[in-house]
Amino acid sequence: MTIAQAVRTPEFDAQEPAPAGPPAIEVLGADKVFSTGVRALTPIDLTVNQGEFVTLLGPSGCGKSTLLKMVANLIEPTSGGLMWWGRDYGHVGEEGKKLVFVFQDPTLMPWSRVRGNVRLPLDLAGVPKAEGNARVDRALAMVGLEKFDSSYPRQLSGGMQMRVSIARALVTEPNLLLMDEPFGALDEITRNKLDQDLLDLWFERKLTVVFVTHSIYESVFLSTRVVVMAARPGRVLREVVIDEPYPRDDAWRVSQRFAAYARDLQVLLAEASVSGAAHE
Amino acid sequence: MALDPNNRTLAVLLPVLVGILVLVVWHGAVWYWQVPKYLVPSPILVAETLVDQWSLLFASLLVTLKVTFMAFFLAVVIGTLIAFAFAQSKFIEMSFFPYAVLLQVTPVVAIAPLIIIWVKEPTAALVVCATIVALFPIISNTILGLRSVNPGLLNLFRMNRATRLQELVRLRIPSAAPYFFGGLRISSGLALIGAVVAEFVAGTGGTSAGLAYQILQAGFQLDIPLLFAALFLITLTGVALFLIMVTLSKLALGDWHESELVPET
Ligand SMILES: Nc1ncnc2c1ncn2[C@@H]1O[C@H](COP(=O)(O)OP(=O)(O)OP(=O)(O)O)[C@@H](O)[C@H]1O
Ligand SMILES: [Mg+2]
Repeated sequence: MTIAQAVRTPEFDAQEPAPAGPPAIEVLGADKVFSTGVRALTPIDLTVNQGEFVTLLGPSGCGKSTLLKMVANLIEPTSGGLMWWGRDYGHVGEEGKKLVFVFQDPTLMPWSRVRGNVRLPLDLAGVPKAEGNARVDRALAMVGLEKFDSSYPRQLSGGMQMRVSIARALVTEPNLLLMDEPFGALDEITRNKLDQDLLDLWFERKLTVVFVTHSIYESVFLSTRVVVMAARPGRVLREVVIDEPYPRDDAWRVSQRFAAYARDLQVLLAEASVSGAAHE
Repeated sequence: MALDPNNRTLAVLLPVLVGILVLVVWHGAVWYWQVPKYLVPSPILVAETLVDQWSLLFASLLVTLKVTFMAFFLAVVIGTLIAFAFAQSKFIEMSFFPYAVLLQVTPVVAIAPLIIIWVKEPTAALVVCATIVALFPIISNTILGLRSVNPGLLNLFRMNRATRLQELVRLRIPSAAPYFFGGLRISSGLALIGAVVAEFVAGTGGTSAGLAYQILQAGFQLDIPLLFAALFLITLTGVALFLIMVTLSKLALGDWHESELVPET
C-alpha cells in the first residue's frame, strides 16, 4: 500500500462542502516569485468562507507566511489575483469587511502601556479618546487582561504579551483575523490555553480566521478546515475538513477522532516532504 | 546587602573613597618630596587658591558655561533638524552626509582661527566653534534612532493606514529617543571641550575671559595653583553636565527603555 492510498481514510473527504457563508477570501491562481528568483508559491486556488476557521499547515518554507501576507495585501502576487468579500482590496475596512494581521511576535511598543498599545489602531483612525477607552476595556476583557491595562509590555510574560497583541487586533472589531504562528514561541500549556480562548472568541463573535501553524495538534484542535501545504515548490497538497462540532474543549483534544485526524495529517505531511524531495 | 554590585550607596561611596585616597596620596607625595608649588601644588593650596581667587574664577566659569550651554543648545536644535531632514529622504542623506562627516573629522583648532576672523564678536565666535564640535553626535545618533524602527511595528502602522506624521510622532520619535539621549550625553561633553579649545585659540581676555583664558594666563605667569583651580572647575563642569544628561535621560526613558533598566533582584 502506498502512502497516497494510506491517507484515503473516511475522514478525508475533500469533496465535502465547505461550511456555509459567502466567501470572505478568494485566492485565484495567485503565485509568488520573489525578486531573488525564489518561487515561494505555485498558483494557489483557495476560498475561505465567512465564519470558517482555516489553518494553513505545512513544513517550513512551503510559503504559508507568503500566502497569508498576500491575503493581508502586504505583498502582491506575481500573477493571478485575490478577492476580498467578492471585490478588490480597496473596499477592505468597510463595515463587515475588516481584516487584521496578528504577527508571530507580540510587536508591542515598549514605551507605551498596555492600554496605549491596544488603543493604537483607534488612535491612528482618529477615534475619540473616551470611545476608544471603552472599546479598549472590552478588548482587554476578551483576552482577560483588564487588570494589566497600565503595565508596560516588559512587565508581562510572553503569553500575556501575545494576548495584548490579540486585544489590539480585536479592538478594531475585525471580521477576519489573519494569524501567522501567533503562539509558536510559547510553551505548550500556554499555547493550549490561548488556543482555547481564541476558539471561544471565534465561536462567540462569529469571526473568520486564517491561522498559520507548524503544529498538527493545534490545527486539528482549532480548524473547521486544514489546508495542508508542501514545499519546493510551495503548493496546496490537500484540504481536510475537521468534522467536529463546536464549542470544542479539552475532551476533544484527547478523543479517538482527534487522534485519527492527527495521524492522517501526519501521514499527509510525510507525503508532503517526500514529494517535496522528489522535486529537488 | 554585603557587596552587592547593584547597591546604589556603594555606587556613590566607592568613587568618593577613591577620590579621597587620591587626594591624600597627592598631598602626602607633595609634602614628602617637597615638590615646589610651581610644579605641583598640594590639593590644599589648590583649594585655598579656589577660595582666594573665587570672584575671578567664578566670572570665568560663567563665561565658559555660557558658551558651552549656547553651543550645546544650538547643536541640539540644528542637529535634530538636520537629522529629521536626512531621515526624510535617502537622497538628502546621501548628498549631505559626507559633509556632516567633514565637520566631524576637521579638528576645531584648525578652523577656529578662521571662524574668529569671520565672526567679529568674540563670544559668538567661540559659540560657533563649540557648536561645530558638538553637532555631529546629535546628527548621527538621531538619524540612527529614526531609522532603527522595529519593522513589525512599521508594518502595523502601515496596515492601519497611518499618515507619515503619525508614523513620525508615534513611532519614529519614540524609537529614536534612547539614541537621541545617547547623543545628548556625548554632545554635552563635546560642547564644553569645544568651548575650552576655541578659547585657547582665540585667547580673548577682558570681560569675556573664560576658564581657558585663566589657564593660559596662569601658565604664562607660572601660577600653577591657579591653573589647577581653573582645571578643577572645568572638570567639575564636565562631570556635572554628564550627570545632568544621565538624569535627564532617566527621567525621559526610565519607565520603559531597556538601557535604563536596573535588573530586579
Ligand atoms: N522577502 C522574501 N524574499 C525572498 N524570498 C523569500 C522572501 N520571503 C520568503 N521567501 C522565500 O519563500 C519561501 C517561502 O517562505 P515563507 O516564509 O512563506 O515560508 P513559511 O511556510 O512561512 O515557512 P516557516 O514555517 O518557516 O515560517 C522560502 O523559501 C523563503 O526563503
Ligand atoms: Mg512563516
